[in-house]
Amino acid sequence: MTEPTIYELSSPGRRGVRYPDSDVPQAPLPTDFIRKDLPMPELSELDVVRHFTNLSKLNYSIDGGFYPLGSCTMKYNPKVNEQTARLPGLAFTHPLQPVETVQGDLALMFELQEWLKEISGFASMTLQPAAGAQGEFVGVMIIRAYHLSRHDTKRKKILIPDSAHGTNPATSAMAGFDVVGVPSDARGNVDLEELKKVCDDQVAGLMLTNPNTLGLFDENVLEVIKIVHEAGGLIYGDGANMNALLGIARPGDLGIDVMHFNLHKTFSTPHGGGGPGSGPVGVAKHLADFLPAPIVDIIEEGDEDTPPLYGFVTPSKTIGRVKSFYGHFGMLVRTYTYIAMHGPDGMRKIAENAVLNANYLLSLVRDKYHLAYDRICMHEFVVEGHWGDAPEVHALDISKRLMDYNFHPPTNYFPLIVPEALMIEPTETETKQTIEAFANALNKIADEAHSDPQLLKDAPHNTPIGRLDEVRAAKELVLCCWMPEQNA
Amino acid sequence: MNIPENLKFAQSDEWVKLEGNIATIGISDFAQEQLSDIVYVEITVASGDKVKKNSLVATMESVKAAADVNSPVSGTITEINDDLANAPETVNSDPFGKAWLVKLEVDDPSELDALMDASAYQSYCSNRSH
Amino acid sequence: MFVPHTDTEREEMLRAIGVDSLEKLFEAVPSKYRFPKLDLPKALSEMEAMQQLSDLAFANESARDLVSFLGAGAYNHYIPAAVDSIISRGEFLTAYTPYQPEVSQGTLQAIFEYQSLITSLTGMDVSNASHYDGATATAEAAVMAYYNFRGRRNKFVISPSVNPQYRETLRTYLQGHDKIALVGDAKDADPLLKPEDLYGLIDEDTALVIVQYPDFFGRIFDYTALAQKAHEVGALLAVVINPIALGMLKTPGEFGADIVVGEGQPLGIPLSFGGPYLGIFATRSDFIRKISGRLVGETVDGQGRRGYVLTLTAREQHIRRERATSNICTNQGLIALASTVYMSLLGKNGLRQVAELCYHKAHYAAEKIGSIPGFDLCANAPYFHEFMVCCPAPVEEINSLLLEQGILGGYDLGNDYPSLKKHMLIAVTEMNSKEDIDALCEILEEVNND
Repeated sequence: MTEPTIYELSSPGRRGVRYPDSDVPQAPLPTDFIRKDLPMPELSELDVVRHFTNLSKLNYSIDGGFYPLGSCTMKYNPKVNEQTARLPGLAFTHPLQPVETVQGDLALMFELQEWLKEISGFASMTLQPAAGAQGEFVGVMIIRAYHLSRHDTKRKKILIPDSAHGTNPATSAMAGFDVVGVPSDARGNVDLEELKKVCDDQVAGLMLTNPNTLGLFDENVLEVIKIVHEAGGLIYGDGANMNALLGIARPGDLGIDVMHFNLHKTFSTPHGGGGPGSGPVGVAKHLADFLPAPIVDIIEEGDEDTPPLYGFVTPSKTIGRVKSFYGHFGMLVRTYTYIAMHGPDGMRKIAENAVLNANYLLSLVRDKYHLAYDRICMHEFVVEGHWGDAPEVHALDISKRLMDYNFHPPTNYFPLIVPEALMIEPTETETKQTIEAFANALNKIADEAHSDPQLLKDAPHNTPIGRLDEVRAAKELVLCCWMPEQNA
Repeated sequence: MNIPENLKFAQSDEWVKLEGNIATIGISDFAQEQLSDIVYVEITVASGDKVKKNSLVATMESVKAAADVNSPVSGTITEINDDLANAPETVNSDPFGKAWLVKLEVDDPSELDALMDASAYQSYCSNRSH
Repeated sequence: MFVPHTDTEREEMLRAIGVDSLEKLFEAVPSKYRFPKLDLPKALSEMEAMQQLSDLAFANESARDLVSFLGAGAYNHYIPAAVDSIISRGEFLTAYTPYQPEVSQGTLQAIFEYQSLITSLTGMDVSNASHYDGATATAEAAVMAYYNFRGRRNKFVISPSVNPQYRETLRTYLQGHDKIALVGDAKDADPLLKPEDLYGLIDEDTALVIVQYPDFFGRIFDYTALAQKAHEVGALLAVVINPIALGMLKTPGEFGADIVVGEGQPLGIPLSFGGPYLGIFATRSDFIRKISGRLVGETVDGQGRRGYVLTLTAREQHIRRERATSNICTNQGLIALASTVYMSLLGKNGLRQVAELCYHKAHYAAEKIGSIPGFDLCANAPYFHEFMVCCPAPVEEINSLLLEQGILGGYDLGNDYPSLKKHMLIAVTEMNSKEDIDALCEILEEVNND
């Protein structure tokens, strides 16, 4: 069933919301600046509510089902987070109010900085970055600024293992670095011999995803870090897979110099159909002065009777600001709520059970799917969605067929080093029964791939719409409901 | 796989045809197949531009991939193929013919000696197919 | 807390894996650093957490507890109830990025409608699915212009009347490119310069000229001549907008702008202490394939049914990797949805009405404040809903007085512009009643008497 667009539902003269009449005298309008027309749709409130409710029904969601997307950590998003973020005292504070009037906001941010530092083992923290990708950018810019501050201008290379996240190369290029790849060894770790070959005095840093995108904890992590440090480079940690490490190991303790978090992965803030995310960045002591400005700090110590006064400070060698104001505060409130409800033992339970669920699921599908690296995995694992004796079936077909069983597909075609990769992350919030039902579906599809491959090629069969013509979309480029010339 | 005999090939899958001192450049059948349905071609040089060996002359996009096309030889651009902007699918249907990208006057014809001939390219491609 | 397993289930799972304890799953982690003791407060129940957060909220005085005249990049507007009701639906809230279109048509069509509304509002041909906020959208405009000229043009001209935080963000984004020069907003530049004062800076090396509309001081200028000046030398023009202002004002498209960016927060997004907000990014069709960030396009399925997909993904970071021009992946999906619901509810007449309410109330306030002895309206151009007032005392002092009476005063421009000490930027929206404005003026009158 196709839902009309809001432009198609529009009826001239309709209004969805009314405002009071003006209570002040009318000022003359600046006639030279008044637009002739505002070609926007006109709908009633019910039109709008029904339209978007109908649209919502076309979506898969965590609230509705299992979402085993590798490296995306699609865990349950607690409902209480939504309520705390909407408390009027938090939701309606203006970012430029005098600090005396927003001590609640600032206390929350300060405490969250402290908690994230404690969880990750870093000395300082910024909450400003808007998403993981922006956190990465901040991290790489800090590495750049660090070397420049030491007048070490020849460091132009960033090393990126082939099991790292897909954003890393683009981030390095944005910061003006050349990207040099480092291969994995037979166990899925960074290949130490290859690493030594490319480590020289031009290396600014290495971007390490650990656990990597194969779902494996690098067994040589300390050695990798040592080699890069000895060459004068720094280690950037990609924190997207932090769900596996909560209470298990602190990246700062391992020797990582700078790392971003993805609050919308590890700390349960909702993905919202593609954002908003939030990507705080933690740094070791020697990088603290380079953090983006401003960060929250105590500007007047308190005592027994008075709480401290919180305010903003600017780190002395800051790389600057990367967005307006202080970060995605609404996401910080949700994260604060989530951590407060877990405490130290709860943190560790998250990681333990995420890893338990991944290994359990792996144990249920390993007979039917080829494993690229056969080891105990962390919070996710990668299988090949392809069989030599069913050559016409690809990972994409398995993904589409999963939709017929009411499951969201895993991450497809990533990491690039595994052919026809299916990257699967169940998270800690799923039950044993859900994991078993998903494993059953995957195993049944493996059988179908051999007995009736066409069933997979034509899938999905039970979704609101079938496979879409992406070539046509990219060639004809219809990007809005109406033709731009109507605007004239 | 279709590989015309009279062309030379670069490791990055561009082909060159030399007629007099004018070289025509395109991408190979193997390359278009790897990219799948091409949805967009942008030629990034104009007539009169001087290009060095391995410098960018065009970019292509399919639904799944984006690729840069580099000139395997140095020279001065004499002609570009404007038709591809409106018919990018030609790269898939006729990579060695109608889908040529640019023509250039070569500085040094001996640069072509470093490129592969058809049979060398044939085995280069088959080595990558499995 | 949200882990469902019983001890029995956990035992069964461990047995199936073939290990005898949870600890065994972590042997790859160096033993020295394994299982650190975390010094965090002890876990709270939901009830206790709610109380703790309520206490923090209570420690604030929000723009809803106070009467607010504070803007400077974030604005206090009314948000119709249906906006939050729609974005709270789990089907939108807890969905992932719509990479699998068969099970994401809700999000995809909503983004497609968002793109349509933004093109309608800005008078441009195409909008992306959003950037993080107005500041990063501005920076992305510069990055797009830079790559549009393949790095052959290295000069960016930016007016000092563009939001200072956007200019700072732009500088951070361009740090990695050594050759790039940002000119126009040098420390000694007159913050109140007019568009024509920028003409002399635009030359053959200029990639992009960036101005704001209404500008940071609330002023509106016609940028048609500026666009021509830029285009004469082959440069592009980016205009930073306030979307509410476009409910009544001519679009940058009519001026000849090439890129329109802006902060979408006024479109139904709570102030939320600065984020998450919404980065608007729209441009002309010539640049469709240069836009960073996600785009949704219309197409059909095998049976010819209309559907939507993420398109032009070949440009994105996960495919182009180090040749991508931006690393953006997550954008502001849910916030873009909120603005889509907001714009749909208001429609053409509602948007126009809100814009006019802001305009009239701001002009009433400005006139009234301007007539108070000691206060000067330094407007040298028409303005929309924000205006600058030169005050007889430091802005901080005046704001403390106002706060005592429950009024959140305007923004202290001396924070960003040394030459504008004692200048306050006052924002007025539909949320401010005549009584609020009169109360503000009464206190300001006292300032001068002191």
